[in-house]
Amino acid sequence: MSAATPIQLNVNGANLTVTVQPMKRLLDVLREDLHLTGTKEGCGEGECGSCSVRMNGDLVNSCLVPVLQAASTNIETVEGLARDGILHPLQQAFLQCGGAQCGICTPGMLMAAKHLLAYNPHPTMAEIREGLAGNLCRCTGFMRIFESVLSAARSTTQETHAR
Amino acid sequence: MLCVNPYGASHFPTMSTPAKNRIVGTSVPRKEGVDKLRGTARYIDDIQREGMWHGATVRSAVPRGFIRSIGFDRKIDWSEFGVVTAADIPGENHIQMIVADQPCLADGQVNHCEEAILLIAHPDKHKVREAVDAVHVEYDLLPPVFSIEESENQQTVIWGADNCFKSFQLEKGDVDSVWSHATHIVGGEYRTGAQEHLYIENNGVIAEYSVETGVTVWGSLQCPFYAHKSLLAVFNLPPEKVRVIQTETGGAFGGKEDYPSVIASHAALLAMKCGHPVKMVYDRVEDLAATTKRHPSRVRHRTALDANGKLLAMDIDIATDGGAYSTLSSTVLSRATLHSPGPYVCPNVRIRSHAWATNTVPYGAFRGFGAPQTVFAVERHMDEIAASINIDPIELRRRNFIHEGETTATEQLMREPIILDKLLGRALVESNYYNKRAEFAKENSGSAIKRGMGIAAFYHGSGFTGSGERYLNSLAGIDVTAEGKVRVLVSSTEFGQGTNTVLTQVAAEILGVEYDDVIMAPPDTGIVPNSGPTVASRTAMVIGRLIERASQQLLSMLREQASLPEQFSRQQFFAACEQLRKKAGEVVSLCRYEAPPDIFWDDQKYRGEAYPAYGWSVQIAQVAVDTVTYSAEVEEFWSAQEAGRVIHPILATGQIEGGIAQGIGYALYEKVVLQNGRMANNQMTNYIMPTAEDVPPIHVFWEELPFGHGGFGAKGIGELPHDGPAPAILNAIRDAIGVSFNSIPLLPEDLFAKLSIAPKVEEPASV
Amino acid sequence: MRGNAAEHELVAPGSLPAVLDLLAGAPGQWTPIAGGTELMVAFAAGRLTASKLVSLWGVEELRFFDTSPDKLIIGAGTTFSDLRSNPIVAADFPLLDKAASWIGSIANQTRATLGGNLVNGSPAADSSPALLVYDAEIELISVRGKRCIPYREFHTGYKQNAMTADELLYAVHLPRRFANHRQYLRKVGTRRAMAISKVALGATALLKDGAIERIRVAAASLAPFPARLGKTEAALLGHRLNPSLIETARNALLAEAQPIDDIRSNAQYRKSVGANLLEEFLRALLSESAAK
Repeated sequence: MSAATPIQLNVNGANLTVTVQPMKRLLDVLREDLHLTGTKEGCGEGECGSCSVRMNGDLVNSCLVPVLQAASTNIETVEGLARDGILHPLQQAFLQCGGAQCGICTPGMLMAAKHLLAYNPHPTMAEIREGLAGNLCRCTGFMRIFESVLSAARSTTQETHAR
Repeated sequence: MLCVNPYGASHFPTMSTPAKNRIVGTSVPRKEGVDKLRGTARYIDDIQREGMWHGATVRSAVPRGFIRSIGFDRKIDWSEFGVVTAADIPGENHIQMIVADQPCLADGQVNHCEEAILLIAHPDKHKVREAVDAVHVEYDLLPPVFSIEESENQQTVIWGADNCFKSFQLEKGDVDSVWSHATHIVGGEYRTGAQEHLYIENNGVIAEYSVETGVTVWGSLQCPFYAHKSLLAVFNLPPEKVRVIQTETGGAFGGKEDYPSVIASHAALLAMKCGHPVKMVYDRVEDLAATTKRHPSRVRHRTALDANGKLLAMDIDIATDGGAYSTLSSTVLSRATLHSPGPYVCPNVRIRSHAWATNTVPYGAFRGFGAPQTVFAVERHMDEIAASINIDPIELRRRNFIHEGETTATEQLMREPIILDKLLGRALVESNYYNKRAEFAKENSGSAIKRGMGIAAFYHGSGFTGSGERYLNSLAGIDVTAEGKVRVLVSSTEFGQGTNTVLTQVAAEILGVEYDDVIMAPPDTGIVPNSGPTVASRTAMVIGRLIERASQQLLSMLREQASLPEQFSRQQFFAACEQLRKKAGEVVSLCRYEAPPDIFWDDQKYRGEAYPAYGWSVQIAQVAVDTVTYSAEVEEFWSAQEAGRVIHPILATGQIEGGIAQGIGYALYEKVVLQNGRMANNQMTNYIMPTAEDVPPIHVFWEELPFGHGGFGAKGIGELPHDGPAPAILNAIRDAIGVSFNSIPLLPEDLFAKLSIAPKVEEPASV
Repeated sequence: MRGNAAEHELVAPGSLPAVLDLLAGAPGQWTPIAGGTELMVAFAAGRLTASKLVSLWGVEELRFFDTSPDKLIIGAGTTFSDLRSNPIVAADFPLLDKAASWIGSIANQTRATLGGNLVNGSPAADSSPALLVYDAEIELISVRGKRCIPYREFHTGYKQNAMTADELLYAVHLPRRFANHRQYLRKVGTRRAMAISKVALGATALLKDGAIERIRVAAASLAPFPARLGKTEAALLGHRLNPSLIETARNALLAEAQPIDDIRSNAQYRKSVGANLLEEFLRALLSESAAK
């Protein structure tokens, strides 16, 4: 048995402390302890990418991160994308291009797309495909998602994403 | 912001008729899109209830047997848990589908692995898991049946008198009179495997129970009134004591049509037993192993043609594997039967079909509902015929396409224009079909990669089969709230396809209000009328039409009772609504389904108007077969279709693309590996669906022919695209390497098994 | 989610000496966990048997590249993303670069480590064929000190290796002498991305006057662990490359390979495709040498 331990996290810009089992998955901490249910669980084995978040600027599957390994890191989730009620350019593009259907893969897909554009603001189709390959979408056949990412990349309002 | 087209101009949804409406025909933002994009949309696992417990299921470890004993390990303090067995069921121990043969919980006997035997709940979900492992069930094994062949030979009878859930026979003309004088007779056998829906959100519900209010279930589901019906029977309650509320649903594809009735009953029984709300959300491993899949099939064709390649007779024998209980097998078989002859006219057609019982998890609804199986067979068969009688496969199809004024196998007279030739022409031009085939024929000989082009032409019937829509007798409508919002009142659900958006567009268009003025009423059986299930590509056509009529009816009411002028503004509309509210107390308009006139259907002979309308499509696949690894990949895909009026171009195109991606998976990747009747690859890492790197560029082309009896002229779209990819792809593989494959999924191992021993070119067997 | 966090202790001592002390203090009791891409899957499935885990994530002493003129040393905690962005790996060890790009998805590559891939010891491990044909050495560390062993001797059986209970995999050493070799690596997976390999084959070779002067061939999923194909190499070494030698080599591989049937593929397919991959490499070599 193991004891709950206080662990500090910065989530979407807010510093906070959770007192949880160190092996608890970051996914479960986000969803259960912080009530950030935008991050989804689709498979629990790092295959579907629904739980994708960024951890210190890296894209991770939060189902595969024991929260102790996220201690003192900056975590970005889908809830942090829109600022002051204004949708992030990627959200806007997904809305306009039909990038979301059932919506369950969407939060993870947005985080993967954000990660891709953060390092590569003008990706090729091949790069988009590779960047999103870890995020399974069963509804769209991906075409509208690719369009959404390309549109966001070309959008003049695209904010610069610092590493 | 403009959407950027990654694959050249042709990739954009292209419309053959310009939109003439204000809102219908435009790509407004998805109604619930912002919530989904912000992560605030609430799916079932995002919801907690006060005092909620977690439920889990003890499942059968064997495919068939008597339950000898159920032991409870003493290491667990069972007094902490709620435990439900069949004996706790207050009503009928049956899931209400078509035939009441599937128990809610196994009682004395199990008929498939993973069948639910016992339910457990506890406040701590980890303890529930431990408790499930601490229940020891012993069985007296019975011999199982695992294949269509074992079931149809009836040496072991596992269901009814003869293992047969349902059979159909229909005959047009006189097939047996043809064989003796036909120039060509070509036979073939085609098989399709099970397919998993792989919605990214697993099945899940939350249930509450109280003596006063009865049962309330929230869940990820397609058909609130299906679950409602099952709960009524399981709890023996009157309709007002059962309430089913759909939560945001993360993909369904038919996989949340019938199964939610099972899990909803389970959670509700636990809630009653524990006196607490109970959440049951499956993890991926359980969802894959225990819930429905697409029916496997075997289809045999024997076809007679004259010297000009015109069809003289089609004799078709269909067998599907239905799994352990009948669930929806009879209606899946019906649709399979009605789609089996393909989009061709033939004077003599005989179709015999059977759905057989096996000791596997019951097969259920999945996008296409039997059609992808038989369309695979007939469209693969057409290429075999073409090869056999030495005619171009395109030309063979063109010579036999059905046209307006001709009759189908059920002798349905096609009253609407059919533009298959136009769709074919479009697909051929856009794909550069003939030039590419010529080019590949040249390049292939010197290359380890062999390329080919393949085609499929097909239809998909919109709405329920035969008299189904009349039996459903759907009721739907709109009301206007005191806050000045128009609400759409339907039990039709949103699970990604765009129900919310499309029905909102229809109401807003007719009522002359803005898109944002219209909202959806909660999909709650306590609030909305029963507009039927959200299945069978029926929503835009049937429910769209009801909303269109209800909106027109409301305008008439407002004109008659609230002096709304003939031409009116948005403000005048809402002012008139308030006037009506003062008079009548409410502003509501409901309409009931009315069948199009001249519809005739004979359920006994399976003759008449099988469907009120059909969507039509021609698809072309370009494939590459790597002879080093025996893998086949789709390099590019084209789809031209006519499905009535396109209400929302981007959503409609998204349906086509998504269906094609699933169809590609069905053809080349997705295999349900059964061992002793249990799915052995029940993890996402081992059930292989195409990723963003595997789905090729897909090009979608629309032709629009508004249908007089669909919402704003719409016909069904959702299922159509899944019917064609598998045959188009396997036809392309034959074109690439000259070897026929008649079974899907076609994995590299299957290509290897045949190519490593096969002669270079193989001709189909003439019978 | 079938695992219970309360049943697994996880500590993060933070430094390499502290981790080694922990391992030495209770040999065999602590299971190291780096990026979690393997163990956390087992955890969620309720299959994780380890009750005490020690985190290697963030142990900076394990995450490094040490470059010298004749060697590249890669810390075991280096992620596959790190590998993909290292210019020496790209220039001198392109097969490893390629293999890194095949690991799962971007989100897996940012977490999965080279050491984890090797210690996990899957027969299908993506990085193994490349390391085997580059003559990699494995450096192990414990409180007792460091030792090096050839990577080809590291795996000793299905999911078994040469490490002792108190040891950690410290680094992988790659000799920088393959730049002039012809190199080959191909993975045949279940799909293009996010795929577990059904079979993968790597090779490096040097040709002299039309004969094979040096040859290394290694495979994943053709044996209970990733391994060099010694008999296949022997069939090629020193011989003149021609179509009949290619046939001989194919047969040697078919005789030497010991793949299994499982839910992802079958033995016959794995063997034959393995032979096809070898043939693809040798044919490319042949046509190249003929062109010269």
